[in-house]
Amino acid sequence: MNARLARLMTLPVLLVAWQFAAWAAGGHSYILPGPVLVADAWLAHWDTILRQAGITFLEIGIGLLLGAALGTASALGMAASPGLRRLMLPLLVASQAIPVFALAPILVLWLGYGLASKITMAVIIIYFPVSAAFLDGLRRTDPGWLELARTMNARPATMLLRLRLPAALPALASGLRVATAVAPIGAVIGEWVGSSAGLGYMMLQANARMQIPLMFAALLTLAVFAVALYLAADAALRRLVPWQVETLPSDA
Amino acid sequence: MIDPSSASAPTFRPLATPGIVLRGARLVHEGLPLFDGLDFALAAGRCTCLLGPSGVGKSTLLRLIAGLAVGASGAAEGDDGRPLSGRIALMAQQDLLLPWLSALDNALLGYRLRHEVAPRTEAVALLARLGLGAASHLRPAALSGGMRQRVALARTLMENRPVVLMDEPFSGLDAITRLRLQTLAAEELRGCTVMLVTHDPLEALRLGHRIFVMTGRPAGLSDPIEPPGAPPRDAADPGLLRLQGELLKRLAAEAA
Repeated sequence: MNARLARLMTLPVLLVAWQFAAWAAGGHSYILPGPVLVADAWLAHWDTILRQAGITFLEIGIGLLLGAALGTASALGMAASPGLRRLMLPLLVASQAIPVFALAPILVLWLGYGLASKITMAVIIIYFPVSAAFLDGLRRTDPGWLELARTMNARPATMLLRLRLPAALPALASGLRVATAVAPIGAVIGEWVGSSAGLGYMMLQANARMQIPLMFAALLTLAVFAVALYLAADAALRRLVPWQVETLPSDA
Repeated sequence: MIDPSSASAPTFRPLATPGIVLRGARLVHEGLPLFDGLDFALAAGRCTCLLGPSGVGKSTLLRLIAGLAVGASGAAEGDDGRPLSGRIALMAQQDLLLPWLSALDNALLGYRLRHEVAPRTEAVALLARLGLGAASHLRPAALSGGMRQRVALARTLMENRPVVLMDEPFSGLDAITRLRLQTLAAEELRGCTVMLVTHDPLEALRLGHRIFVMTGRPAGLSDPIEPPGAPPRDAADPGLLRLQGELLKRLAAEAA
């Protein structure tokens, strides 16, 4: 069986397995609704689902942009200045040591039930993988390149921007991939803790009203979006570093 | 003071070519001196080869002259008494090409890093002369090892510096490519003060006006060997091959 066929088969196989699992669970739609029920719920509420999804996607999108920008900028700053590095590295670690779940209620308290608290949550989650991966890349420039640049009388700022930065782009790309994968977590947690809109809010409401198929429909929408976001980011990042050679055996 | 010879120098050649003097070089590596009180000189406009077994400190000596050795004492300066900074170009065993730049942009790296206007026309002509005319727009990943090292040579030459320090620049190449590149380098670097570090006696004999063998710990230098004729010398010359035999014997005796 060739690889393309295998990839096409993944979805139907998952759906069939899901249906069997639903039957095995006793056919109770309030425990595990099958794919048909969930599809029904999606079609019945598609306009609401998409409206709520739009809000969640907006939170994720803005969070991703801000978090990536902040992470990139602070990694560059830390690479340029040892003082800033000493100041910020502990902060960076601390931002991860406190679980975002514990921060969520405080952020909602400060920033309200609207977009701001969710975006902030997403930014906190995204910031670390981006800045840590990028800083790591910036630190690992081939020493031979730097020596060459020194004999060429390059200034430190130029070395950072024209040598270290492009050399660290593959590492930054890895950080951004992780960031796109975890970004939905921040937004949805924010919605769970306190909100009046979004897919997380919708799932919470549906759960409370025992509308389990609707809850699954919302969850599925979020999953599809998260996967699509990741694939889009992956494709874009590959274009960003076309010289990066992949050494894993090809699966094409 | 104006050097009268500089007025008639060819256009794409550094004007004043200094020799280099290094006195009392000392470097301690893990408690043991690699060399101590070492004197070394590079004759102006000549190619000086430094031959010796691995780990003897040849590369360190080169890096010391380049101003890159950490923890070493003994500064190299031009025999005109001026410091060497800005007058040195470096070529290493690794091509050190930037994977995101084309061959042409790699050859012009120095200008990029100094925010200077890049002499693209000269670089294109140089790459063509080195046999890379069709490859100048390619990234290093698309080039063979020999081509990459030729781009590195182009980058070194484009710096247009009077002193060129080369650290085993051809040792990663196959025999035929290596011979070809040696000839190219010798022709392109004529008139520069060159220091070539190598562990290949034949390479030293082909390219060096003057050859020193570096051995021992702390390391010392042999008396200079000056093969007859002008480099690049014919690798098949019987006199050269006999000298190669002698040098090999000498290196082998040191290693024993």
